[in-house]
Amino acid sequence: MADEQKSGLDAVDEGPIGSDAREATQRTFSGDPSEHPTIAALLERFGDEVQGHRVAAGDQWVAWLAPTRSHEILDWLKNDPDHAYDMMSDVTGIDYGAGRPVEVVYQMFSTAHSRALRLRCPVPLDAMEIDSVCDLWKSADWLEREVFDLFGVTFKGHPDLRRILMPDDYAEGHPLRKDFPLRGRFSRAEQTRRALEQDVERFYLADDLQAGAPQEMDASAVGAIADGETEATPAQSREDD
Amino acid sequence: MATKTVEFNIGQSREMGVGGSGAPSPLAPFDIPEPKLGTEQMLINIGPQHPATHGVLRLVCELDGETVTSVVPHIGYLHSSFEKLGEYRTWNQIVPLTDRMDYLAPLIYNCAYVMSVEKLMGIEVTERCKIVRVILMELDRIFGHLLWLGTTAIDVGAFTPFLYSFQQREKIYTLHEALTGARITTSATRVGGMMADLPEGWLDQLLEFLDNFPKTLEEVHHLLTGNQIHIGRTQGVGVISAEDAINYGFTGPNLRATGVPYDVRKDRPYYDYETYEFQVPVGEHGDCYDRYLCRMEEMEQSVSIIRQAMARLPDGPINVDDPNISLPSKTDAMSDMESMIHHFKLITDGIPAPEGDCYMAIEASKGELGMYVVAEEGDTKPVRWRVRPPSFVNLSVIPKLAEGHMVSDLIMINASLDIVLGEIDR
Repeated sequence: MADEQKSGLDAVDEGPIGSDAREATQRTFSGDPSEHPTIAALLERFGDEVQGHRVAAGDQWVAWLAPTRSHEILDWLKNDPDHAYDMMSDVTGIDYGAGRPVEVVYQMFSTAHSRALRLRCPVPLDAMEIDSVCDLWKSADWLEREVFDLFGVTFKGHPDLRRILMPDDYAEGHPLRKDFPLRGRFSRAEQTRRALEQDVERFYLADDLQAGAPQEMDASAVGAIADGETEATPAQSREDD
Repeated sequence: MATKTVEFNIGQSREMGVGGSGAPSPLAPFDIPEPKLGTEQMLINIGPQHPATHGVLRLVCELDGETVTSVVPHIGYLHSSFEKLGEYRTWNQIVPLTDRMDYLAPLIYNCAYVMSVEKLMGIEVTERCKIVRVILMELDRIFGHLLWLGTTAIDVGAFTPFLYSFQQREKIYTLHEALTGARITTSATRVGGMMADLPEGWLDQLLEFLDNFPKTLEEVHHLLTGNQIHIGRTQGVGVISAEDAINYGFTGPNLRATGVPYDVRKDRPYYDYETYEFQVPVGEHGDCYDRYLCRMEEMEQSVSIIRQAMARLPDGPINVDDPNISLPSKTDAMSDMESMIHHFKLITDGIPAPEGDCYMAIEASKGELGMYVVAEEGDTKPVRWRVRPPSFVNLSVIPKLAEGHMVSDLIMINASLDIVLGEIDR
């Protein structure tokens, strides 16, 4: 580690050091699934798809699902009256780094049964895609766009999968991935240079760039306004409209 | 020539005058000739720098005449990737990031974050700390709702409620300052306790605020609740059904205005909220007016919760008695070897977390605020820190709500959702 430590401006540019990546811990089937009816039903109905479950932080049930049939399972969880998870509170991602799969996390809540459930779907790095649940819960729309933007997971069947927080033309990747450096892909100097090199005309119309020439009014309009007529508008803008 | 009837005073008796004055209204319905105007599709851009978007929000609207046919919100202008920054900070260093998200109710975010971390680590905070946090969270619920009240009233042309609500907010600012030294960026909580206990005389100051505040609410009720302009601008505007609201992810007062009594404090109680006596106000129409009424009532309920919490506030330590979690006092750190070592370890290493993840949902002023933290064994920094932002999800509904309304109603709908861009963009 000592060899890699930088000093002076280089160290400033690199920034602080993040949490270390580790090897994956083995997923287990811990906790008594009969305590949570949904976990028990999931194991019974989709036993092959459930890769593990556990109780996290005292009372929160988590299940790991294979991403292949996630849409079918989530559809069932929403529409089956015994479970009825009508609220998709959150969709997010976790990247552990070290080549481990990015996990898509669903936080669900059932208002009918007052029951919460967390599902985690590990998506392998070489095929980062999973079915969108936007057709089931409209709340997943922006949340999935955010996961796409920040983690690079493609949601198949999403009606409008665009970047949401980063600019549309952002080309440096997905910022919340562990391989993305905290201060961006390039040095501060390079970032500044790129920002200054941007083509301004991509963002503005050519007319807007011509420093505000005052609008011409024809003589009759000027006269009308002077006479107190408030309806008179500049002839120039009428033509434009 | 085609005529259309112009209706004023929608939803109220026409006998009442403008502003609910009781005098006959001069604005009786009358017929005006329909002007011969060709309409065409127009694309207009609102924001990102616009006072009525309540932050750096950009709305691209397609209009047919003055009717909104579609709205596309663009966000991200304030994005500073707090979640990424969090991965490079120890558990306690993240606290200052949280209050920069919702700077309108910072203490709720401070509390929610440390509650999640404490739950992940299995730390049980002291009874006094719990109740102090309940007081602070309810105080900031009032704080957030007051800003919403003032700025939303301005959007429909009422200026006075803005002055009244900011007068009261100023008192809460003073309370923040007395407690934390900062007015907005409070950073008041620490894992396992608070930055400091309540200062002397703080509770008396709070009591004085609680005594005076309901009078302001009463005044605002007089100004807005029966006000015909306000009613005309808000009733029937931005309506959403209960079923849709749940499906679209609405939470908080926006959801309750549709009649769904979902409140995290009642449905997934934390910090003994089940032992406090309070009502969850619900609306029935799911329009802007019901959202207004819900928030007004919530402020009164918050006052009641704060009073109950003050009555049961026990003496005792505010931080947990564990040298591996709470910093020792300055005197101890300077004079006692053991304490100095703990101080050094806590500052340089931080608090090690067990392997696991924890999603802590609390009822923030804007809806369900979820703090999701993921850690590996012994991590002093989170692998992932995720904020489930209530106003992010609430804002995503705006294309549905605004469709078919006038542009001026779009402004009202946007205001009624109570968004804060700091938290949407993070």
